[in-house]
Amino acid sequence: MAKDGLGLETELTLALPGGGGSDPSGSMEKKEKKRVFSEFSSDETTMVENKNEVVGWPPVCSYRRKNSFSMEEGTKMYVKVSMDGAPFLRKIDLSTREGYSCLLMDLEKLFGCYGIGEEDSSEYVPIYEDKDGDWMLVGDVPWQMFSRSCKRLRIMKRLDAKGIGLHAKDFHKGISIEA
Amino acid sequence: MINYFPEEVLWHVFSFLTSHPDRNAASLVCKSWYNVERFSRGKVFIGNCYAISPERMISRFPRVRSLTLKGKPHFADFNLIPQDWGGNVYPWIVAMAKGSTNLEELRLKRMVVSDESLELLAKSFPNFKSLVLVSCEGFTTDGLAAIASNCRFLRELDLQENEVEDRRGQWLSCFPDSCTSLSSLNFACLKGEVNVAALERLVARCRNLRSLRLNHAVPPDALQKILAQAPQLVDLGADSFVHDPESETYNKLKNVMQKCSSIRSLSGFLDVNARCLPSIYPICINLTSLNLSYAPGIYSKELVKLIHKCKKLQRLWILDTIGDKGLGVVASTCKELQELRVFPSDLHVVGNVAVTEEGLVAISAGCPNLNSLLYFCQQMTNAALITVAKNCPNFIRFRLCTLNPTIPDAVTMQPLDEGFGAIVQSCKGLKRLSVSGLLTDQVFLYIGMYAEQLEMLSIAFAGDSDKGMLYVLNGCKKLKKLEIRDSPFGNMALLADTGKYETMRSLWMSSCGVTFGGCKTLAEKMPRLNVEIINEGDEMEGRPDDRQKVEKMYLYRTLVGPRKDAPDFVWTL
Repeated sequence: MAKDGLGLETELTLALPGGGGSDPSGSMEKKEKKRVFSEFSSDETTMVENKNEVVGWPPVCSYRRKNSFSMEEGTKMYVKVSMDGAPFLRKIDLSTREGYSCLLMDLEKLFGCYGIGEEDSSEYVPIYEDKDGDWMLVGDVPWQMFSRSCKRLRIMKRLDAKGIGLHAKDFHKGISIEA
Repeated sequence: MINYFPEEVLWHVFSFLTSHPDRNAASLVCKSWYNVERFSRGKVFIGNCYAISPERMISRFPRVRSLTLKGKPHFADFNLIPQDWGGNVYPWIVAMAKGSTNLEELRLKRMVVSDESLELLAKSFPNFKSLVLVSCEGFTTDGLAAIASNCRFLRELDLQENEVEDRRGQWLSCFPDSCTSLSSLNFACLKGEVNVAALERLVARCRNLRSLRLNHAVPPDALQKILAQAPQLVDLGADSFVHDPESETYNKLKNVMQKCSSIRSLSGFLDVNARCLPSIYPICINLTSLNLSYAPGIYSKELVKLIHKCKKLQRLWILDTIGDKGLGVVASTCKELQELRVFPSDLHVVGNVAVTEEGLVAISAGCPNLNSLLYFCQQMTNAALITVAKNCPNFIRFRLCTLNPTIPDAVTMQPLDEGFGAIVQSCKGLKRLSVSGLLTDQVFLYIGMYAEQLEMLSIAFAGDSDKGMLYVLNGCKKLKKLEIRDSPFGNMALLADTGKYETMRSLWMSSCGVTFGGCKTLAEKMPRLNVEIINEGDEMEGRPDDRQKVEKMYLYRTLVGPRKDAPDFVWTL
């Protein structure tokens, strides 16, 4: 029953038997979707099917849901991401990323630029264009501030950044500050 | 013999009884003990506000000074209960005001609290000292203003995870200049601006302030000034932290932190730049409690650096972005860890960043004192749980939540029955358990057999048949709260031992197999239970057929019959 389909396939319905709800799973789906955590977007990635449409799962209390997982529910923040040498660009939704680790891992997956989140092992450096049109190093400011001001991302070859005095350490935020 | 002791002696003896179970037991011995106990009970705990009426509570415990009340069932946290279900505190405050109760402390959880209630509270009890609201709703900052203005001896105002409407008033400024008694102030859950100057003055004059948790609206330079005024703080919550490690504010903060040598507990950091974390390194060595579960801006490497310094940590709440490796660092650093909560950072189950059974095993190996766990994970194995059970036999609370609710053992693809079985068998003091993953009736057989001290059990998407639920009801003698969702338990299990429910506080069943007929039968048989059905169906046409499955049922024992404040969508059978 409930186990194979996680709620949507259940036959439980409040409609009278034989009458009312002729499509039990349909009406359940409607009701459940109403209550589903509103920022959920099922179309974007190849994530596990339907898991998120279960009301109240994972059991995280509503205060935490509202305060942890997004700034503005439902607003998407797609930005273009280019990588030096790649023939075409990608797009990524910043509103569904929770922080820098998330973003960097996704970039690694999209472009195969493994190690971009690591200190020394990457030949690439992520930068972004902010609202003022300046190109900034990813990671200097708090995540919320970054995602609000980021207009586009670029994965730049570290070699091109040589002259700027970028050390692998700087890149990983504050490790060099050892009191 | 003891019955002939004069009451004063009994009174004195009872003054050493602090726990509710002890006092409840003492009151059952004989009439004279019952009477002495009821007049001497100052702290009253009511786990379900509908189990008793305010009037009866006051008449039994006329000298109550401290009241704890809980309202909605636990699953209300997960949006399973509609608005306006109930749990209003107002009748309690009215009754106590009328009864001239000398109320000093009020602690509420999952209740609806109106501004009117807060105003009445503030004006009715001259010795009121402590207000703690957890996961409540229904009030605004106007209500807080009433508390601040009128409670002359207020020591504690602790607001945890409430839904508060911010009226942009000046509630903080309502604390009069004569208020110097505050020892605990927590308004982290408020969304709006506060009068920072008033806050600074308040902190400066409350020399006993030990616990301070600020909201996002208190800017970093104010934080630094406040900390300079309150180096005696033991518990600090700061949502808005400094952003620029080159700034003057950062330097001042760093310096002032070094003087805050009493801080043992830290939380907040909603908006922190990881490069500014070194400013708190000086206090890390003394920290016993750290809550970074609302701080997505700190990623793994920085987090690990921070934790490396927290060798005395006993309680840690974090996001799963810490990863298994990060948990390994916790395991090797925090040898005194007792409580760990790992929350999901991403509800979308992308398989992105998360923790697995490896992190948990590492923790169990490194932290033998672990007794309380909440662990949201990508996957789990029986082997891991068996190892955890062996390493940590002291669990009192064990809550495991797989992000996919019916995921099997990641290696063997078997159900996780054996793993949880090992946990209940090894942890003889286990009081609270939440299970998840692919589970058959077998896990409930184990729970019924071994979980002798279990008081609360949460089940979701588990079991094969009524037998599962029966194993639990028959086996767990101390069970108080059972909550079940999306599991194939029906009338047979529900009705097998109806007397059991009078020994429990409550039972919640949603999306299971119980029918209206079954619930009606139960309600008829057991007049001292309220069997409530929650209907949200728009398709409802009159009373449903007995064979109709019930979407949501909540039943609880009560001494006062069906509640009078039930909304239209709640039917008491």
